Amino acid sequence: MINMLLLIPVALLLGGLGIGAFMWTLHSNQYDDLDGAAHRILLDDDLEEMGDDR
Amino acid sequence: MVELNNIDDAGCPSNLAPPEKSVSGANPDAFVRHKGGLSELDLAVYGAKCSGCIAKIEGGIKTLPGVETVRLNLSTGKLYIAWRGGLSPQEITEKISSLGYRSVPYDPSAAEKENDAYGRKLIRSLAVAGFATANIMLLSVAVWASTNGEMGQATRDFMHLVSAIIAIPAALYAGQVFFSSAWRALKAGGANMDVPISLAVLLALGFSLFEALHHGTEAYFDAAVMLLFFLLIGRWLDHKLRNKARTAARDLLALQAVTANRIEADGSIHSMVTKDIKVGDKLLLSPGDRVPVNGEIFEGISEMDTALVTGESAPILRQVGDTLEAGIVNLSKPLKMVAMATVDESLIAELARMVEAGQQVKSRYVRIADKAAQAYVPIVHTLSLLTFLGWFFVAEAGMRVSLMNAIAVLIITCPCALGLATPAVQIVATGRLFKDGILVKTGDALERLSHITKIIFDKTGTLTLGKLKLQNKADIPQDILQKAACLARTSHHPIARAIVEEMGGGPVSKETTEIPGAGMQGFVEGELVKIGHADFVAVDKADTANDKVSTWVKIGDQPPVALFFEDTLRQEAGATIEKFKQHHIKSLILSGDRPAPVQKIAQKVGISEFYAQLTPQEKIDLLEQARAAGDKIAMVGDGLNDTPVLALADVSLSPGSAADAAQSAADFVFQGNSLKPVWTAWQISRKAQSHIKQNFMFAALYNVIAAPMAMAGMVTPLIAALAMSGSSLIVTLNALRLSQRGKEEL
Repeated sequence: MINMLLLIPVALLLGGLGIGAFMWTLHSNQYDDLDGAAHRILLDDDLEEMGDDR
Repeated sequence: MVELNNIDDAGCPSNLAPPEKSVSGANPDAFVRHKGGLSELDLAVYGAKCSGCIAKIEGGIKTLPGVETVRLNLSTGKLYIAWRGGLSPQEITEKISSLGYRSVPYDPSAAEKENDAYGRKLIRSLAVAGFATANIMLLSVAVWASTNGEMGQATRDFMHLVSAIIAIPAALYAGQVFFSSAWRALKAGGANMDVPISLAVLLALGFSLFEALHHGTEAYFDAAVMLLFFLLIGRWLDHKLRNKARTAARDLLALQAVTANRIEADGSIHSMVTKDIKVGDKLLLSPGDRVPVNGEIFEGISEMDTALVTGESAPILRQVGDTLEAGIVNLSKPLKMVAMATVDESLIAELARMVEAGQQVKSRYVRIADKAAQAYVPIVHTLSLLTFLGWFFVAEAGMRVSLMNAIAVLIITCPCALGLATPAVQIVATGRLFKDGILVKTGDALERLSHITKIIFDKTGTLTLGKLKLQNKADIPQDILQKAACLARTSHHPIARAIVEEMGGGPVSKETTEIPGAGMQGFVEGELVKIGHADFVAVDKADTANDKVSTWVKIGDQPPVALFFEDTLRQEAGATIEKFKQHHIKSLILSGDRPAPVQKIAQKVGISEFYAQLTPQEKIDLLEQARAAGDKIAMVGDGLNDTPVLALADVSLSPGSAADAAQSAADFVFQGNSLKPVWTAWQISRKAQSHIKQNFMFAALYNVIAAPMAMAGMVTPLIAALAMSGSSLIVTLNALRLSQRGKEEL
């Protein structure tokens, strides 16, 4: 019984964190350009900023 | 405007899109927004398709002085730029066109984000419903698993109360979409599909709460939120499909806000928004510009490309005193014109009104899902009421049991499978067509396409590529073509573009002059090169070929050489029309071009019914005639003159090379040089329709079995949950079958 009283709130908390994170991504427009996001990962523009000129 | 010196280097580096002809026309000054010291501009960019494009465009613009933020949205083709300092917006658009992309200023206020507030609400509701469903199911499974009273009453009550604490706020939040829609319907004195849904959710919640508080054994919290979860998936898919069409229409409006160059009284030239043009304004048209309003030329002479307005394939010479129709493109020389009408009175505005009228016609189409919903609502309410009355009066089972069984009927017949049946199939079909380069703008367009009995084709640009192609390249010495290409690179004329198409990028001639209606001349490596009509190049008239478009090239004192050009057919044009014929779908051609070329193309592709030299109004009349005869008509066209027919036809398709207005009026836009996508789209639409019907049949069968069980009081919360998720899953899996390529004859 103690396990259950502990685990149910934990499950709800984790689920709540998940839904909170989702709402945040939605709110910060992260789903506006899904095609672009898929392609941007291929760019190495971050290498210059890090001073790595490989 | 920046000319492209090296064609190979321009445009998408992965060759996913051809470099755009840098047609000018819009001056971005009027679209810059100032916020403090920051200037902002939104542009629609054409031809950006890959990560290389992002790097090229964003990287290129970042090199301009003062630029702080550049962000290209690859999904929508919108580019946002913010900068400080005195950078002029023309420098930005010139930079983009020098990279090989076409850009048009875009007014983001015309496409406000808030328009998708409903979509965001749906997805937030969906997330909440999903979260609640998963967590309540966790608790419900425990209750269901203890069949022989292993779980004590206190534990069960606790489980039910925790479920209630999750379910009630979640359902009240996630169900708002349905509650408000049902309330609106009830206030208007009607009932829609959302009424039984709202009733089922609210009654199930209320009843389960009562049970939980009175140590009852059965609670429907999981069913109530799961119901919302499945229904919201269907709603969201449906919204996504519809939103696409709305976005396309809004983009057209935003893009139409193009600018024109007005010649002021003192002779200076001023950029203005076309909707501010007044009758009597003097306007300057550079080569490559589109005529913004109907008007008359008062200075200059030039050749005009009228293909998009009238369907005429050859350029037409216009001079002082001639009228210009809005939408045609100036090809060779700067022109000065007087505006004879405002934008609202011009052809394009007329077309926009027709497009609007067409959309009203289309909205009258009753979708198969709506038909099902109309039958569904009264049946469910009657069954539920009968169940309650039957248990209460006939079986005298008491209020609690009677109510519980009535609620079970409402829950189990709830249209989860019904709500998913259509959108799930249509979104899979749309994704499938997208992979084949066909963009579907509305879900119900697939339904409409599957019913057609007749196809109307436009000629120029639809059956043909609308581009001239050099026919006798093999007969002409290479060096002559090389020199001709040096001249051709400086011109917008279709024949010049056709030569460049063959020869690619390279050097440009010197002292080039273009004489409208005759030809052009210039110096290449010290030699005078002339391209043009027979008399311009000094050839005997007798030698000129009659049918094909011919041009002569003369280099220095060498004898002139003839070049033959022809508008080429789209690949598989004949095969596609033949396939439709086999399925008893008749094709015909409606063209604005002269009869001779229309007849020739008609014979080539095997179409016996064709009409030439039609005005847009005559095209509409022919469409209405065919429709009066009971035909369901698909229109395939690309020009402004086709736009009203595209809008009024039962369903319409247009190639990716079509005019913006035509693309926005069409339900389908297909890419590439082949006509086969028309056939592919039809095939997939037929398959999608049969999958939708299967889904409805399954949903009906499910209800025929489940509803009597619920009425008989045999449905427990466990069975309700299994039945609901099972039926939704089967419908979705059936939709996914459509994504498998293969068997159909493509």
